[in-house]
Amino acid sequence: MAIVFQKPRALTDAAFHYCPGCPHGIIHRLVAEAIDSLGIEGETIGVAPVGCAVMAYDYFACDMIEAAHGRAPATATGIKRCRPDSIVFTYQGDGDLASIGMAETVHAAARNENITVIFVNNAIYGMTGGQMAPTSLPGQVTQTSPYGRDVNHCGWPIRVCELLATLEGPEYVARVAVNSVKNVKAAGKAIRKAFQNQIDKKGFSLIEVVSACPTNWGMTPQKALEWVESDMLPYYPLGVYKDRSGAKEADAT
Amino acid sequence: MAERVLMKGNEAIAEAAIRAGCRHYFGYPITPQTEVAAYMAKKMPKIGGVFLQAESEIASINMVYGAAAAGMRVMTSSSSPGISLKSEGLSYIAGSDVPAFVVNVQRGGPGLGGIQPSQSDYFQATKGGGHGDYRMIVLAPASVQEMASLTVKGFNLADKYRMTAMILADGTIGQMMEPITFEDAEVETYDKPWALTGTKMQRPHNIVNSLYLKADELERKNFERYERYKVVEENEVMYEAYMMEDAEICVTAFGIAARVAKNAVVSARREGVKAGLIRPITLWPFPAQALRRAAEQVKSFVCVELNMGQMIEDVRLAIECTRPVSLCNRTGGMIPSPDQVLSAIRAAQKGVN
Repeated sequence: MAIVFQKPRALTDAAFHYCPGCPHGIIHRLVAEAIDSLGIEGETIGVAPVGCAVMAYDYFACDMIEAAHGRAPATATGIKRCRPDSIVFTYQGDGDLASIGMAETVHAAARNENITVIFVNNAIYGMTGGQMAPTSLPGQVTQTSPYGRDVNHCGWPIRVCELLATLEGPEYVARVAVNSVKNVKAAGKAIRKAFQNQIDKKGFSLIEVVSACPTNWGMTPQKALEWVESDMLPYYPLGVYKDRSGAKEADAT
Repeated sequence: MAERVLMKGNEAIAEAAIRAGCRHYFGYPITPQTEVAAYMAKKMPKIGGVFLQAESEIASINMVYGAAAAGMRVMTSSSSPGISLKSEGLSYIAGSDVPAFVVNVQRGGPGLGGIQPSQSDYFQATKGGGHGDYRMIVLAPASVQEMASLTVKGFNLADKYRMTAMILADGTIGQMMEPITFEDAEVETYDKPWALTGTKMQRPHNIVNSLYLKADELERKNFERYERYKVVEENEVMYEAYMMEDAEICVTAFGIAARVAKNAVVSARREGVKAGLIRPITLWPFPAQALRRAAEQVKSFVCVELNMGQMIEDVRLAIECTRPVSLCNRTGGMIPSPDQVLSAIRAAQKGVN
């Protein structure tokens, strides 16, 4: 019988620890598919974050390192500068990348560091149990914003793609989502392009993946995906925010 | 005959690092060690190496972590407040068992402190600094020559034991110029099968990591690491004993304080006071046995430090308080004069400490 669907080679056999309905599994798969399709597993070194994806080093079959909270782009820089022919990617959440690691993110982008950054934005700290993230929406109820995020008290959510697009440095900055089949397909294309850019030595590519956290949002997986569409995407519009090479083939919308 | 060159201590570190095979430097500017970065910025691009000024001390130590994990000889340098910022990374490097070389050209503290020489990061360097159970090899040069030779030694030890070796210098040795040679230290190389190189589809993936969620596994990791530390303690202690053969007063001092103390020991001898000096070159592992042996011979100790009394605790521990130990110190960037140390030796001799 013909095999029509199987686990990407770039994923190990380890079972994901993620909650039921969590899109991390989809995003891991998209990254692994990109690695498989480009045939780069043997050259790839991944950098895991602190957050829900902390154990990503067990899931990706390539060489892996676990970074300190927020420091993945710096750790990736160290690796890439030593092994410029390796393919180096980071996989980071919103607290890791846009709060504690904002300086590392901005400066890696400004240097056009030739790495690929997968940024999973689900508007909440998942691993620690649902605290307000730098990307939590105005009014969003979390453990540390129990009356809803009050922007007058704790500021506005940060749009990372728009912010990085103001820099001369980065090669490619795009926002995608994984809340529908159509969006998942577009996300896969954008992630592949982000790796291809690195192979082509074009520089820093960041793919923001708007994701969901059913557990900490207190929603069913289905309702959470609907909330992505109704509440997240209006604040975080999908699209390519910077593409220095000018090619628009990754139509992220 | 090896060529003698006149160099600043900070530059000697940089040149020695390059000679030790270091081709990757990540740092952030801070006085009084910036000459290390300046030297690297000039040299690295010309020898196929990488100098990168990071956005922060935190980023630079995490770049070091990545480069070390990739199997390269890599270093960073800083001064006291910067080392505080790097301490998180030092803990991760220790927890992941990767080798790194770090330089602290100390300045006065706490806080922003000052920019004059100090030894007040002794506790931070030898007792941890970052969180968790870990050690670093801490080397304390007392001359520009030692800045160079201990740098090569540090890279060797870091690779040999898969841990951080730190040069704990101070602003004086960093800034002063002395004639040195570069041919007295042998560069050793070690296999790094654990390094991140890409699997090349030839082996299972390597994982560099310090996360162990199962308590018994983490405990085992820490036990294993401390077994390795025990080997370091048994094999790598370095110290200088000066005029100790018949000494009745043992002066202990490291780094620049030992240079001052040595003068005072000579002056004391001229007065007929039998003083000697034990200068730890490795602050960790600490030369506890040498001090214990000295305690059987001398009647008291004088500990000379550029801080409020930090190494003195290790001296007392080493000799198990069997002899009086007095402190002769300046702090905040001040340096004791040989006369101040001589007075302390005289006082120890009279037993009035």
